[in-house]
Amino acid sequence: MAKEWPIVNRYRVGDPVTVRAHFPSGHARAPFYTRGHSGEVVRVTGPFRNAEERAYGRTGARVPLYRVQIRQRDLWPDYVGSSGDTLVVDLYEHWLEPGDRR
Amino acid sequence: MSGHHPHPGPPDSEDGSWTREQLMAAAVEALLVRKRVFTPADVAGALDYWASRTPADGARLIARCWTDDAFAARVMDSVNAGAVELGLDIGHTRVVAVANTPKIHNVLVCTLCSCYPIRLLGDSPGWYKSRAYRSRVVREPRAVLSEFGLDIPDDVDVRVHDSTADLRYIVVPMQPTGTEHLTEQELAGLVTRDCMIGTALPRYIPA
Repeated sequence: MAKEWPIVNRYRVGDPVTVRAHFPSGHARAPFYTRGHSGEVVRVTGPFRNAEERAYGRTGARVPLYRVQIRQRDLWPDYVGSSGDTLVVDLYEHWLEPGDRR
Repeated sequence: MSGHHPHPGPPDSEDGSWTREQLMAAAVEALLVRKRVFTPADVAGALDYWASRTPADGARLIARCWTDDAFAARVMDSVNAGAVELGLDIGHTRVVAVANTPKIHNVLVCTLCSCYPIRLLGDSPGWYKSRAYRSRVVREPRAVLSEFGLDIPDDVDVRVHDSTADLRYIVVPMQPTGTEHLTEQELAGLVTRDCMIGTALPRYIPA
C-alpha cells in the first residue's frame, strides 16, 4: 500500500464552522438537518477512514472528524427550550467550511 | 381429518412471509458457510456474545467514576481505557463520555441509523432505533424527555449528541444526593440503561 500522507487538521477547538449546504447522492454522514447551519468545533478527533467511502467497499481516505456544537435555536427557528440548548454532531472535515466569528 | 377441529394456536415465527432483508441475510449466511468463511458455530457464538452484553458493565463504569475522581478523569479522556481498567472488553471503537452537570443534561441519539455502544451497554432499546425517537429528540428534546418522565428545568441546558460517525457515547449521570454511604456495587445498581442514554436519571429511594 502506498505511503499515507500526514493528516493536517484544518480546524481547531473553538473555530466557527458551517456545515456545507451540499446534497450529493449516495451515502452521506452529515444529517440533512445540520446542512447549511453554523456552529463551533468542540472536539477534534480522528483521523478515521471516511465512512462515506467505506460504505461502498473502498478503504476510505483518512479524514479528521470534528464534534460540532450548534445552538438549537439556530437549527430550528421555532425551537422550544432554553437559549443554551445545543446539539453536538460528528462531522468529517470535508463537510465543513470556515464559519463567521461571532 | 376426522374427529379433530382446529384450535388456533399462537403463530410460529415461520408463519409470516419472510421480508426481503431476512431472505438476503439467510442467503448470504448460507453462502459464506458453504464457502467456509465461517461456520454455523461462529455465527451462533457471535450472536451469543452480543446477547451477553448488558448495561451492567456500563453501570459498573459509572459507579467507579462516582467513587474515584482520578478514574472519572481518565474516563472523560477515554472510556475505552477506563473499561480496560475494569477488565471490560469493549473493543476498539472509540467511546466518548459526556458528563451531566448541574447546568447541562446530555442525551444520545443516532439520527442516521442506530449507533450505540453495544459492547458496553448491550443491545439498544427498540425505541432508540425508532424513527419517532431519532427524528424528534433532535427537534424537541425537552418534549421527548418529558414523555420519559424527565422534566429538565429551564436553567439546565439540554445537549443532544447525534452519533453520526466513528464515535459512540455514554452519558455519565450525576451521583444522586444521599448515596455517599453506598458501596460501589450498590451505586452501580442505581444506574440503569436509560440513565446512560440520557432519558432518565438515577434515583435513590432510602430503605
